[in-house]
Amino acid sequence: MTIRFQAVQRLASPRPRLAEIIFWLLPAAIYFLLPYDRMLVLSLMAYAIAVLGLDLVLGYAGIVSLGHAAFFGIGAYTAGLLSVHGWREPLSGLLIAGALTLAVGYLTSFLVVRGKDLTRLMVTLGICLVTYELANRMSGVTGGMDGLSGIEMAPLFGTFEFDFFGNTAYWYAYAVLVIVFVALKFFASSPLGLSLRAIREGVDRMPALGASVNNRLRVAFTLSAGIAGIAGGLMAQTTQFVGVDSLSVTRSAEFLVMLVLGGTGRLYGAVIGTAVFVVAHEFLNDVDPVYWEFWMGVLLMAVVFFLRGGLTGGASDLLRFIASKGLPALRKREPAE
Amino acid sequence: MAGNIVGILFDGLAYGSLLFLVGVGLSITMGLMNFINLAHGSFAMIGGYASVYLANRAGIPFLATLPLAFVAAGLCGIIAERLFFQRLYKAPHLDQMLFTVGFVFSSIAAAHYFFGASQQFVAMPDMLQGQVRFMGVDFGKYRLLLIAFVAAVTLALHLMLSKTRFGAEIRAAVDNQDAAAGLGINVNLVFALCFALGTGLAGLGGALGVEVLGLDPTFPLKYMVYFLLVVVVGGAGSIKGPLIAALLLGVFDVAGKYFVPEIGAFIIYVMMIVLLIAFPSGLGGKRA
Repeated sequence: MTIRFQAVQRLASPRPRLAEIIFWLLPAAIYFLLPYDRMLVLSLMAYAIAVLGLDLVLGYAGIVSLGHAAFFGIGAYTAGLLSVHGWREPLSGLLIAGALTLAVGYLTSFLVVRGKDLTRLMVTLGICLVTYELANRMSGVTGGMDGLSGIEMAPLFGTFEFDFFGNTAYWYAYAVLVIVFVALKFFASSPLGLSLRAIREGVDRMPALGASVNNRLRVAFTLSAGIAGIAGGLMAQTTQFVGVDSLSVTRSAEFLVMLVLGGTGRLYGAVIGTAVFVVAHEFLNDVDPVYWEFWMGVLLMAVVFFLRGGLTGGASDLLRFIASKGLPALRKREPAE
Repeated sequence: MAGNIVGILFDGLAYGSLLFLVGVGLSITMGLMNFINLAHGSFAMIGGYASVYLANRAGIPFLATLPLAFVAAGLCGIIAERLFFQRLYKAPHLDQMLFTVGFVFSSIAAAHYFFGASQQFVAMPDMLQGQVRFMGVDFGKYRLLLIAFVAAVTLALHLMLSKTRFGAEIRAAVDNQDAAAGLGINVNLVFALCFALGTGLAGLGGALGVEVLGLDPTFPLKYMVYFLLVVVVGGAGSIKGPLIAALLLGVFDVAGKYFVPEIGAFIIYVMMIVLLIAFPSGLGGKRA
């Protein structure tokens, strides 16, 4: 009973632990220790936000979405177009991008929650394809295949210039990632977040508890779309470029791979999975892009067979195993979240 | 104008026929076996490359390469099923989906490595080129062949599922694996053969599609949506549903691209979303 109570208490009070604090100091350490890898970490942080959004809808609400690149891309184009047309203030631009994708997510959520797994998969895929076609077709606005360039940002808070080395962009992206993460952490332990988990575990029992399943799923999908939009907006603002591939199904699939690699239903899984994916991509893509595609496929298949629960799930199983084998130093520690 | 409309209808039906030929195998693996198989296009690609290779390098006539493409894709299918897919029959849909997406990425890279990135062409025999003129309208010979293939495949599948012992065993194994096994049906074998049949049909469709859809390493991803569309809109697990869906989508796609080229590419996606909202489990589906 006490164990269960502790578990509930831990869910209900998202107080950071030492490992988490160290984890969040890493980006700052990279900034100072590995200055040449800043750009990589910068795009990593933007992707991580989108993958966190996907985790909300897949890991918590159990909806497989192959269309999250649509929201990522809409956010990116919104932020990019605002800047190109003269609205250069970054924070408000990011919020507008988020708000617009939130609205699009709300409208599409009605389509998505109907049907079962496969239907949902197809509908989200369809949304992604339609937005991709739209962006491609409206090349006068979006730049089409050439992408949208000429994005320039006004100084952040009117003081910090976005410089060529990405110093401001780095801290800006870092701050947005932390804010989104903390917000999601609180959301996951809120009554709504808990009820999403309940839906994932046993959808048939929820109406018996008097909870409307579809409304909750729609809220999760809408929020998740908004988060992906913020990620896209951040990407556009910090890299100063939006390509039409940010809306592609391949990008959607990559988000899924990042999430599953890290582990679904654990917010850290989304961040760690993204980090491993982006770094692996960077190294392997230099060798040969075809080679990379092959290994991405193998990686995905291997995760399904050997690493259910992804890297964080595997690590947590390992910790639990060690603890149960009676290493006294580890026995008291709870498995990593 | 009337001739135009007949022509578009014909082209649409031929295009739909091709979609059905590639997609119907997916209806078997995904619908009957309840396995979310996004890797279907990879097997279609294997059939396509087999046909191109045999026709262009080995000099085998195009029509004779079709059964060989069926066999090649079916063999690869059965190997993949025994090695990987059979372990995932009871896994959550997410795992099946991720695994098969991984399979697609790896197969694209493998095809790129072995055959290069360029578009493949197949040598067509003279008798399949050109048109037949009938009542003042030209009908492409190759498209007539596609429609004939669909009629033959549909009939053969229908007869196999409803009249043969193997068909009965499939239906029994699908409805209740344990009971079917108890009755002495080798469920493993039935599923493996089912998978071979589904992937073999994909290979046949892929081989026939080289002329119309084209063939390059991105084929499995580029057309994944179309195959899925046919099956999901039609209703996985049936033959009739995907047939209707494929023909409808084919006609609308061709007509859309002809009459309203600006929004032509959207029509098929929007139709998919609308049809899925209206029929969440497909036009003739047993399972959602």
